[in-house]
Amino acid sequence: MNKSIAIRESLGDRLFLFLVYAFLAVVLIIVLYPLIYIVSSSFSSPRAVISGKVWLFPVEPSLAGYKAIFSNPQILTGYANSLFYTFFGVLINVSMTVMLAYPLSKSTFYGRGFIMLLLVITMMFSGGLIPYYLTVKSLGILDTRWAMLLPGALAVWQVIIARTFFQSTIPKELGEASELDGCSDFGFLWRIVLPLSKPILAVLVLMYAVGHWNAYFDALIFLKSQELFPLQIILRNILILNSIDASMMVDANQMAAMQGLRDLLKFSLIVVATLPVLALYPFVQKYFVQGIMIGSLKG
Amino acid sequence: MQSTGVLEAKKKRADSSKPLLMKGPAKKMKRHWQLYLLILLPLAYIIIFKYIPMYGAQIAFRDFSPVRGFTGSEWVGLKNFSDFFNSPNFWILIKNTLIISLYSLAVGFPAPIILALALNEIRSMRFKKVVQMVTFAPYFISTVVMVSMIILFLSPRLGFVDLIVRMLGMESINFMGIPSYFSSIFVLSNVWQGIGYGAVIYLAALAGVNSELYEAAKVDGASRFQKVINIDIPGIMPAAIILLILNVGQIMNVGFEKIYLMQNPLNTSTSEVISTYVYKIGLLGANFSFSAAVDLFNSVINLILLLSVNYFARRVSDSSLW
Repeated sequence: MNKSIAIRESLGDRLFLFLVYAFLAVVLIIVLYPLIYIVSSSFSSPRAVISGKVWLFPVEPSLAGYKAIFSNPQILTGYANSLFYTFFGVLINVSMTVMLAYPLSKSTFYGRGFIMLLLVITMMFSGGLIPYYLTVKSLGILDTRWAMLLPGALAVWQVIIARTFFQSTIPKELGEASELDGCSDFGFLWRIVLPLSKPILAVLVLMYAVGHWNAYFDALIFLKSQELFPLQIILRNILILNSIDASMMVDANQMAAMQGLRDLLKFSLIVVATLPVLALYPFVQKYFVQGIMIGSLKG
Repeated sequence: MQSTGVLEAKKKRADSSKPLLMKGPAKKMKRHWQLYLLILLPLAYIIIFKYIPMYGAQIAFRDFSPVRGFTGSEWVGLKNFSDFFNSPNFWILIKNTLIISLYSLAVGFPAPIILALALNEIRSMRFKKVVQMVTFAPYFISTVVMVSMIILFLSPRLGFVDLIVRMLGMESINFMGIPSYFSSIFVLSNVWQGIGYGAVIYLAALAGVNSELYEAAKVDGASRFQKVINIDIPGIMPAAIILLILNVGQIMNVGFEKIYLMQNPLNTSTSEVISTYVYKIGLLGANFSFSAAVDLFNSVINLILLLSVNYFARRVSDSSLW
């Protein structure tokens, strides 16, 4: 009797486990397949792409799409702009975040409760798009590179993550000891706290960098000049609005070939635009996971 | 008591170079002036880019003229709001916004939980790692690229979805042009992109479940499924409730960027939501006050939802945001 129950249960367990594996396999395929399809298409010939021959591996391998991308000045400018915004944006973001999070992590910092309240309120309520736009406009930075750097100089959520990290990993005694030794607050932050905070700095850099590289909304509302556009706006014009500068096409007379190249270009462009983030991916994932968990500590 | 008094007196003598009036906060602030210096710039940022717009939200009650600024324009009371409530778009916008966000909540909220529970069951670390890495990857795809992928995949001419449809012997379907498909495309693609990222917190919560509970369950002869129901799910409840509260607080803010990019003239009847409307009327149409009113209405509803769900969660469970 006892034995038969045990067997039946383990059968049920085995069936359950099998279903779990099957479910995960399906999820894996659903997530992975579109990614493979994009990459394979981008390395195929224009003809293979438009006739729908590509379904798993590249067909008639070619680099035509990539050649078209790297001969397009618009895309290259966008790429350079995005690199610029990402680099300087992250520099500003991380400095500002540390400057706010570190003092807030000190329990002796007078007024910290009030400042935290100020921060949390901004997470729950905002003035809305129009007043935000008008504020930026009145600063006179519309259609300048500053518009891509200043309005997003700080994310409150990251401040809270950084503050939690400082609070939980920098021992209070360390601060007290260095104060007795005559170390200034600046000195302590620069020489002790920052070197001890590499993991959180990596998390901040990565989160902010991904944000800047993928950002498109600020550029949409604040920028008008083509030469300032980040890659994402160029992508939108080409991929979604379907407007491609005719001059970039190698042979404008051949309509069919042009159409094919245009479709192929989209796949290659997706790969090229996502590459910088995905190249960092294994590294990024590890720290991102860490970042999400630190953030979740404090809910 | 006495000894602290003595200490205090000693301290006072030691600090005699400083003015005697500086006590408590002021003294602390002076000693840590560098910290206050540090905080100045970020604080200025918060005030300029967060609080001035909040102050500027009053243009919702004014007839805003760019020359006169936030406070110089004439008061019109609730006129902008009543204009919005009476406009023929009002109910359509509310309906579209609610359908998309409730649908997102119903499908998007449990999906990462299910993934995390499933990943927690399997013993093969290699497979677990592969699934986790792959499902996490789409999180890094930008919204523009994501929407382009959706359009490419669903396009009646080249997408693989169309290939499948035709293989099944059906006619090509112009998915992006059919209004009733919009919310499903939006929500399911969101799940595709966010499921791995969302599962991380739940996996962390599951890793924190006391292993003695599993041993006790084993002794009691519980099946795997029973363990999931009785140990795992209660184990991730606190995290789930907090995330649920945060999600509900965002109900009316369905992703502007993605919806705006996914819109086309054929699907606007179901894809126009409050945030896209605010953008179009306000920034493209330069109708500042009216669209600020729409936005403010939206923010207030969100705030009310957040506060009430939090209140409710605190009443029925131990977890709440505050």
